[in-house]
Amino acid sequence: MAKTYFTEDHEWLRVEGGIATVGITNYAQEQLGDLVFVELPELGKKLAKGDTAVVVESVKAASDVYAPVDGEITEANTSLSSDPSLVNSAATSDGWLWKMKLADESQLEGLLDEAAYKAHIG
Amino acid sequence: MTGDDTKHLPLEDLHVAAGARFGAFAGWSMPLTYPAGVMKEHLHTREHAGLFDISHMKLFEISGPGAEALLNRACPFDAGALEISQSKYTFFLNEAAGIIDDLIVTRLGQQRFMVVANAGNAEADEKHLRALALDSDTKGDFEAQGDFDAKVDALDRVFLAIQGPEAWAALSRAGIETGSLLFMHGFEPRENWFMSRSGYTGEDGFEIGLPEADARDLVAKLLEDERMMWVGLAARDSLRLEAGLCLHGLDITPEIDPASAGLMWAIPKEVRASGTFIGADALRSILERGPTQKRVGLKPEGRQPVRAGAALFDADGSPAGHVTSGGFGPSAGHPVAMGYVLTALAKPGTKLFADVRGTKIPIDINPLPFTPHRYRKG
Repeated sequence: MAKTYFTEDHEWLRVEGGIATVGITNYAQEQLGDLVFVELPELGKKLAKGDTAVVVESVKAASDVYAPVDGEITEANTSLSSDPSLVNSAATSDGWLWKMKLADESQLEGLLDEAAYKAHIG
Repeated sequence: MTGDDTKHLPLEDLHVAAGARFGAFAGWSMPLTYPAGVMKEHLHTREHAGLFDISHMKLFEISGPGAEALLNRACPFDAGALEISQSKYTFFLNEAAGIIDDLIVTRLGQQRFMVVANAGNAEADEKHLRALALDSDTKGDFEAQGDFDAKVDALDRVFLAIQGPEAWAALSRAGIETGSLLFMHGFEPRENWFMSRSGYTGEDGFEIGLPEADARDLVAKLLEDERMMWVGLAARDSLRLEAGLCLHGLDITPEIDPASAGLMWAIPKEVRASGTFIGADALRSILERGPTQKRVGLKPEGRQPVRAGAALFDADGSPAGHVTSGGFGPSAGHPVAMGYVLTALAKPGTKLFADVRGTKIPIDINPLPFTPHRYRKG
């Protein structure tokens, strides 16, 4: 059974079988506005928590999306190359950004659940 | 946001009610986008009409027997050649011919002119103008006296831009006839109003300075029209960038002269040769040896935007210049940018590379504008 976590940086992670699917929250996409480009990560790239994993670009600005936990990239959402607006229209489903194999599942303990995230954005 | 010096638009409550997202620009809290979003706001302006609150910009009235001479000193242009209601794009230059600000000057009467200046430079502009004016209000104060018998008034106005192919029709429905007014002309349709056919989008459109109470009435009437929608600063920026128009502070600065900026079309030949404007000597010597760099349009290959500050390189990896404005062009359908390159590399079609976070992205010199201007010139 998949479990969903959130970060204070407005990312969500859906974890199943040691693999996390990561995206940005609906709140985050609203803040960014219309996305026109997503710079996807290389497969196999090892990231430490806090490293820049993806850069999302709106009409106006580029924003980093950070790895919420340590791990290795196993998949990138290549459908965003032709349609970056999926992140706006479906931030928490088809607009996911990347999948990563978790290096240390205990890091999930420090993340927010949905209720805590909702409280965070007010 | 309290306790800081951020300036607020007189119509801020209307933007809040419209659901605007605000951001800081040139010391002002400005509506960046509305719920429709930058993409829709941009495209709507090109297809129908957009309403922009540009009250952060400043209107100055210069009047008096010396007004014409004052402007000929302050700007590299010929104020005397302006007919009543005619507007001209020009600049204030410093002694080194660097651009202090770009502006539009309109002749309102025999001895009266309107100057529209940028928000971020309004204070410097006012100082610049006042230093030249022998203002009757400050007579006796030797420090404040300039050489020209003219008065400088900074006007307190709401300033609205109505831009797009249906702007004239929406204004007409709101009771404002624009019929005979042509591009780069302006007049005073009512007391304390100033209206010109001009803008910053590349489209047909109007800019109207007016008192706040009148502005509230006009906005309410305009927004009843389904052709009209509020458009924020984000789309104003993408529209002007596609139209190849400079943003002062990025594409032109006090370190950039009009020759490098490709804006010599704004300076008449006789003025170049014998004008006595501030910066004339410096500009003449720049023209004599030729500018070392030139402003160009830049089209990145692919979908990734290349933004202000990105360094440019030629095919051999040697420095070629830098990007001053960049983003995505919703109407162009691809990323668009502007910047400065060495004069030898400024020809359209030249292939360069932009450094974006360590990756070299191919980028071509592209003619400006990216989207054709659709001004109503006659």
